[in-house]
Amino acid sequence: MRVGVITFPGSLDERDAQRAVRLAGGTPVALWHGAHDLEGVEAIILPGGFSYGDYLRAGSIASHAPIMAEVIDAAHKGMPVLGICNGFQMLAEARLVPGAHGRNDCGTFVRRDQKLIVENNTTAWTKDFTQGEEIIIPLKNADGRFVADADTIKRIEDNGQVTFRYVGMNPNGSLDDIAGVSNEAGNVVGLMPHPEHAVEPGFGPDTAQAMRSGLDGLKFFTSVIQSTLLAKA
Amino acid sequence: MSTHVADTVENALATPDKVQPYGALGLKDDEYAEIRKILGRRPTSGELAMYSVMWSEHCSYKSSKIYLRQFGQKVSEKMKEKLMVGMGENAGVVDVGEGWAVTFKVESHNHPSYIEPFQGAATGVGGIVRDIISMGARPVAVMDQLRFGAIDHPDTPRVLHGVVGGISFYGNCLGLPNIGGETYFDSCYQGNPLVNALSVGVLRHEDLHLANASGVGNKIVLFGARTGGDGIGGASILASDSFDSTGPTKRPAVQVGDPFAEKVLIECCLELYREGLVEGIQDLGAAGISCATSELASNGDGGMFVELDHVLLRDPTLTAEEILMSESQERMMAVVKPELLDQFMAVVNKWDVETSVLGEVTDTGRLIIHHGGEEIVNVDPRTVAIDGPVYERPLAYPTWIDALNADSADKLARPTSGADLKDQFLQLVASPNLADKSLITTQYDYFVMGNTALSFPDDAGMIRVDEESGLGFSIATDANGRYCQLDPYQGARLALAEAYRNVAVSGAVPAAVTDCLNFGSPENPEVMWQFKRAVEGLADGCLELEIPVTGGNVSFYNQTGDAPIHPTPVVGVLGVIDDVARRIPSSWQDEGNNIYLLGITRTELDGSAWAGTIHNHLGGLPPMVDMGQEKELADLLHGAAIESLVLSAHDLSDGGLGQALAESVMRFGVGARVWLDEIIERDGVDAATALFSESTGRVIVSVPREDDVRFLGLCEARNYPVLRIGVTDQGGADAKLDIQGMFEVTVDEIRQRSNETLPKYFG
Repeated sequence: MRVGVITFPGSLDERDAQRAVRLAGGTPVALWHGAHDLEGVEAIILPGGFSYGDYLRAGSIASHAPIMAEVIDAAHKGMPVLGICNGFQMLAEARLVPGAHGRNDCGTFVRRDQKLIVENNTTAWTKDFTQGEEIIIPLKNADGRFVADADTIKRIEDNGQVTFRYVGMNPNGSLDDIAGVSNEAGNVVGLMPHPEHAVEPGFGPDTAQAMRSGLDGLKFFTSVIQSTLLAKA
Repeated sequence: MSTHVADTVENALATPDKVQPYGALGLKDDEYAEIRKILGRRPTSGELAMYSVMWSEHCSYKSSKIYLRQFGQKVSEKMKEKLMVGMGENAGVVDVGEGWAVTFKVESHNHPSYIEPFQGAATGVGGIVRDIISMGARPVAVMDQLRFGAIDHPDTPRVLHGVVGGISFYGNCLGLPNIGGETYFDSCYQGNPLVNALSVGVLRHEDLHLANASGVGNKIVLFGARTGGDGIGGASILASDSFDSTGPTKRPAVQVGDPFAEKVLIECCLELYREGLVEGIQDLGAAGISCATSELASNGDGGMFVELDHVLLRDPTLTAEEILMSESQERMMAVVKPELLDQFMAVVNKWDVETSVLGEVTDTGRLIIHHGGEEIVNVDPRTVAIDGPVYERPLAYPTWIDALNADSADKLARPTSGADLKDQFLQLVASPNLADKSLITTQYDYFVMGNTALSFPDDAGMIRVDEESGLGFSIATDANGRYCQLDPYQGARLALAEAYRNVAVSGAVPAAVTDCLNFGSPENPEVMWQFKRAVEGLADGCLELEIPVTGGNVSFYNQTGDAPIHPTPVVGVLGVIDDVARRIPSSWQDEGNNIYLLGITRTELDGSAWAGTIHNHLGGLPPMVDMGQEKELADLLHGAAIESLVLSAHDLSDGGLGQALAESVMRFGVGARVWLDEIIERDGVDAATALFSESTGRVIVSVPREDDVRFLGLCEARNYPVLRIGVTDQGGADAKLDIQGMFEVTVDEIRQRSNETLPKYFG
């Protein structure tokens, strides 16, 4: 399965996302922000980083990049799209997922191994999790505080669009401990922590078993890739 | 438009007696006279600007050069084997095998970081990263060596928050994992914090690029950010003068950084290299265009013609002299073949990087710069960049040092009871220099790129270079200003030995050295003596360990008023590991394994963290260090890593065995039972010395019981002293460190004491 990973000026984690796709059994395809071409991919990842230096607002300028027209169109037609960190901010700016992001309440960039609970395992990117599963993946951001108006919060809670919630501690002041959300259809998911940094033994978050051995991020990618492979089989 | 008219060569010839402000630009009378002699006339104001920045201490190494030569002289054949590029280039390059090379360097940004901590530290990261890119490498890691004033001084939070924020902002935006570093507090750095930045890059052998302008007719291209009015004279004024409370404000001289521009520049440069579009390249740092043009020309065919009007400006009112001196960040200068210029422009346009062609390489042997159609610079570039002044400054054995050395810590009261030992153990754990640094390190991303195999709080940082083979490098830096104050020769060797040991405990083989030599004023003969001794110590130590110094940086004038900082030679050691999967963690993660202490403990408390923390004492002579032993130890650990015999290894240094045990139990929350009796008996020391001495050549390792025999065999084969001093114990809520017969303390309490210190002052 071909999974596109878009590089914007200032993208940082695109190679990590490509590696995650590869380790999950897919074929990563590097896409360029300035091209109006999805190159026939079947799913898309908007990676983390500081696109355009986070000028104006994080994700704001990137959400207007040429390729985003095709991304928005494909997302409306049901293509799986995952936005990680800065990618989540782009999805929110593009109105593909609800909510917006503000500065972390602590005022600084925060990097930590973060525990999350899977609140909805029916989206395209969470099928391989069990409902209520607790996972640990790295978190690293400066503008990670999820905000939305009360009506939106009620609506996404009622619709099951809250996909992940922070557990144990809320690292950035996000409303309702929300770490990730989906669109109504469940094909578009955005989250602040980084699943692509928890896919390879020796380079992930620490676990009780061994240093840097956490692989909880892998299921995001297998959820899309394996189900597509199965559907084709 | 500016009404300023640039001083031309013609004008200089016509007005030989014009009074020039060379003193305000940092040039001495004899230096100005020398420039006039070289040129056979007075310099134009543009030439004066160039000479003044390039002949500054920061750019010319005029006080340190005669000593730094030792790094190139005290070398064995073995030290040259893996060295692809040595001292003098933007950064040294080491062959790490499989067609890969690693380039690395540490540099200071001390003075800007005191004036404007956030931008000073941020542009420090930006500058060192551009040095790495200019070698043709992809930057893959950064780390910072930070020294602040006293933790409880009212100005320290301003500096610390600014510096850490700047590093976090710039490094994270560049997408470079921050994998280690140092943070120290000492009142000697109160008015002059040290902000050193290190970066490492990787490249294929064939991608190596050097800063030289060769090939007559090749184009000189300036690309990246536009040139603005920031950092003008920063190099000569900021780095060559100590702070004076009565002087004019120098704030505008600090550069302002834009990490987004630099990130794009990195990717753009790497694409240019991949496509083979660059003949030579140089980053613009201190002294901006003056430095880049004169260095590129000096290292190449010797001639260059530049039209300054083609420089893209942020501020159109800049004068020619300001354009020459500007230190605007995120700029690079490349030498490009004319037939490849279109392809070059296609790549920079793809990345939206602004670019202009300034001129070309010539065979005239002169660097000629035009502005407004007139010749404003006509110099032999070597006289600017290479053959600057060299000083043999007066040296003086410090008047105070004999008395300091005589004041040993041996006379200080040492605890004997379990309760007192526990109390002092916890005081050390909570002391500013040993306490948990998460408040700082949680602001740095170490996950990005997905190749970080080790990072803080491990003894060394480690990065995978090749995803297929697992080939990687390990890097650690150290410096102990207290030891160097007691004996700069020995202090530099101790810093080297500790960094070397930190790389060895990670399972890597130490291969090369970089250094950032932070000292007071070279015009103070006692400081110059300290510098001379430290360089000798480092050069001798490297020769004994057979690892070369590949490059580095000297920072003088680190003082406020007349009080110099403690000599602080930061030493970075880089090691190579065949497969990062065999790396050794610095702490144990499982119950029931044996803990061994390698090495001998002597009564070496002079200059120790214990003497400083418990008794506020600094005196005596620093610990001895035997480089032969350090080599044996590194070899032993490498053997253990290859055979996977040890589960963890932790270097013993600041705070001694006590602190190493504390860090080991805190990391994964797995406790330990430890006995000191055999150390006390074998080495003839008391319990306090066993816990707090900072003797070198020591490491604690944890070994699975089934591998005991093989591990001990490894030690015996090398005749390295080894003692079983404990076993790892249970983890969880009841985890504790039990120093048997002395005291017990829960891991929770150790953590609490370690974690509370920094938030108390900076939370």
